[in-house]
Amino acid sequence: MNFDRRSLIKGGAALGLGASTNLLDYAKAWAQASPFKAEPNAKINLMRWKRFVEAEDVEFMKLVAAFEAATGAKITVTNESYDDLQPKASVVANTGQGLDLVWGLYSLPHLFPQKCLDLTDVSKYLGEKHGGWFPSAEAYGKLGNKWIGIPIAASGGLMNYRISSMEKAGFKEFPKDHAGFLELCKALKANNTPAGFAFGHASGDANTWLHWLLWSHGGYLVDKNDKVIINSPETAKALEYAKALYPTFIPGTASWNDSSNNKAFVAGDLHLTANGISIYVTAKKDNPAVAADMNHAYLPVGPVGKPTELHLPFTMLAFQFTKVPNACKAFIAFMLDAPQYNPWIGAAQGYLSHFLGEYDANPVWTADPKTTPYRDVAKRTLTPAGLGTLGEKAASAIADFIVVDMFANYATGREDLKGAIAGAERQAKRIYR
Amino acid sequence: MAARLQRAAFRSQMRIPARGPAHAAFFEHGSVMVNSAIDMTGNPGRRQSERTLWAKLQGNRNWLGFWYMLPAIGILVLFLAYPLFLGVWLSFTDTKIGRAGEFIGFENYEWLWDDSVFWVSVFNTLLYTIVASAAKFGIGLYLALLLNKRLPFKALIRALVLIPFIVPTVLSAIAFWWIYDSQFSILSWSLRKLGWISANIDFLGDPWNARWSTIFANVWRGVPFIAITLLAGLQTVSPSLYEAATLDGATPWQRFRHITYPLLTPIIAVVMTFSVLFTFTDFQLIWALTRGGPVNATHLMATLSYQRAIIAGQLGEGAAISTAMIPFLLAAIGIAWYGLQTRKWQQGGSND
Repeated sequence: MNFDRRSLIKGGAALGLGASTNLLDYAKAWAQASPFKAEPNAKINLMRWKRFVEAEDVEFMKLVAAFEAATGAKITVTNESYDDLQPKASVVANTGQGLDLVWGLYSLPHLFPQKCLDLTDVSKYLGEKHGGWFPSAEAYGKLGNKWIGIPIAASGGLMNYRISSMEKAGFKEFPKDHAGFLELCKALKANNTPAGFAFGHASGDANTWLHWLLWSHGGYLVDKNDKVIINSPETAKALEYAKALYPTFIPGTASWNDSSNNKAFVAGDLHLTANGISIYVTAKKDNPAVAADMNHAYLPVGPVGKPTELHLPFTMLAFQFTKVPNACKAFIAFMLDAPQYNPWIGAAQGYLSHFLGEYDANPVWTADPKTTPYRDVAKRTLTPAGLGTLGEKAASAIADFIVVDMFANYATGREDLKGAIAGAERQAKRIYR
Repeated sequence: MAARLQRAAFRSQMRIPARGPAHAAFFEHGSVMVNSAIDMTGNPGRRQSERTLWAKLQGNRNWLGFWYMLPAIGILVLFLAYPLFLGVWLSFTDTKIGRAGEFIGFENYEWLWDDSVFWVSVFNTLLYTIVASAAKFGIGLYLALLLNKRLPFKALIRALVLIPFIVPTVLSAIAFWWIYDSQFSILSWSLRKLGWISANIDFLGDPWNARWSTIFANVWRGVPFIAITLLAGLQTVSPSLYEAATLDGATPWQRFRHITYPLLTPIIAVVMTFSVLFTFTDFQLIWALTRGGPVNATHLMATLSYQRAIIAGQLGEGAAISTAMIPFLLAAIGIAWYGLQTRKWQQGGSND
């Protein structure tokens, strides 16, 4: 086969619209047509979070291989667990070498914004091509007018429940308010089919559900001017609610990390928790009886009357000291291009939810109705900053588990109401000074 | 003999730049002469050009020692002194990850003084170090005495004892993490099957359970180091002493108290110093088991420092926590080292 430049561009345009049969040929054409030209023989060191869904990782590595073949770049992928990824990225940011791309959690780029490559052109290109970014994408990716990270996908932290246990507890459908939710947890406990939500330093699970708990009562760490307002009656109500919930949980939630509830749910010991879709995906393979008997629901709406969920966005950043900035940009654009992105989030089976409008139509969201709630995760999520601006300070506050520790301190009885709030307020004020 | 030859060779090397009998004399008679040698050449030297001063530095036997030490000094400065002073300096700044900080004096320390979590970590570190070190010493010494006896398969048993020490800390920590798991603990499971308990033990979810659980894991891991080192010490004790004591009608306890223990003291001093240092600065085990949880109940100063500096990005504050460990460490070394050495002198042991 003898391609010339012109025919490749044409082919690329045609393939871009339809489904591609051969990822590699398509990738070559894409590389020719893309506005981002990788440097010759570019070497990219990429660090990503370690997958929870195996098929997603397989598909991701296919995409990496296609990009390598098309551009001659070499991408070295390292996988790190949720908890280890951020410290490693921080060390690289501080020393200025070792990695070019990091695909991390939450607001990682905002932890060291001045070390992030300006990706405004990539985001503009992608937004125009793929049906526009959801508003939360801008909140996560932008600092001022500059995009310092590209939100690739989000993992939803939604309710995972066992259908039979919920029905036995007297609920036909999953409760939509706080009173109902507490009733359900109490009834589950009484039936010895308990619920459990992480109170430990679990970067994903504990932060998502406890921020929801705080916000759904109207409590916030800071207001829109980044003034610390955690010491409020709303926060106190949220804490009291958490204290009422805690004794209904399975023992050990204060020591849980991100994988604890997955293990317990799949084993059939846990009957309600907040998590990504990974429990369902694992259960389908390892314990089909549990998979058949479980479903997902949005988190209940609290006294504030509107959804206040926090999900787990995965944002990719490129370091400003990379020697191959164009290759990094090209790779990000390539990942989010429809022929790569669609099969990839398909393989993730609902674990990755998109930030670009076009991908609402991906069949993964409708093929199995149990995955449908996860489609809207990126549309529903707030940012970890709550009302405030997402930046270095908010990133620091969530990384230091201020909200999680406040709830855990009170719920486990280690501190009284005033002490728990005062502790969080003191720490927050130091970060937001 | 060999030493003398070496010295002669060294001297013959030194003769090349040597200029007079005065130099040779100071070399022979040691440091008293050193100062006078410098004084003698110092005064006229001031009028000479830098070049000749440099030539003198190259040739001077005093400085020669310094040149030989230079590589070692360089390595120590680069890998020990520089990081240490950088850490102390950072603790006086508000440096964050990715951003240089400004000097803020003692603010980090003032903040920590009022920080209850910091004081919990200090308490935990002391509890962890004292209890774990004492337990490790007791069990280690007992094991060493046992292994020093005539046992069948002695070599094999000694090798087995080393296993916890050989396994990488993180691996053993993960094994313990499963043993302590709140839902899948093998201990809880076994006890439940035996009918001794009705619900799982919340090993890592309850503050005190978590503290004892981490201490137990640390002891398990640290015992072999102490046992094997003390065993090596025991084997240097001459059997004739025991024979003499037995003839004098000494009881086993008396033999231990008046022969084994005094002769073992120097080794105990070394081994306990290391043990206390390792335990005090332990990080991996806690991080893999609890990450300082539940609700910061098992944070040691090392893990809290990491949490604040690297995870939350407050490098200055994290550096202040690790700097705060230094006085404790110095005190620990002092007690372990001097305390035990003095006792040895009091008992009239020789210094060999």
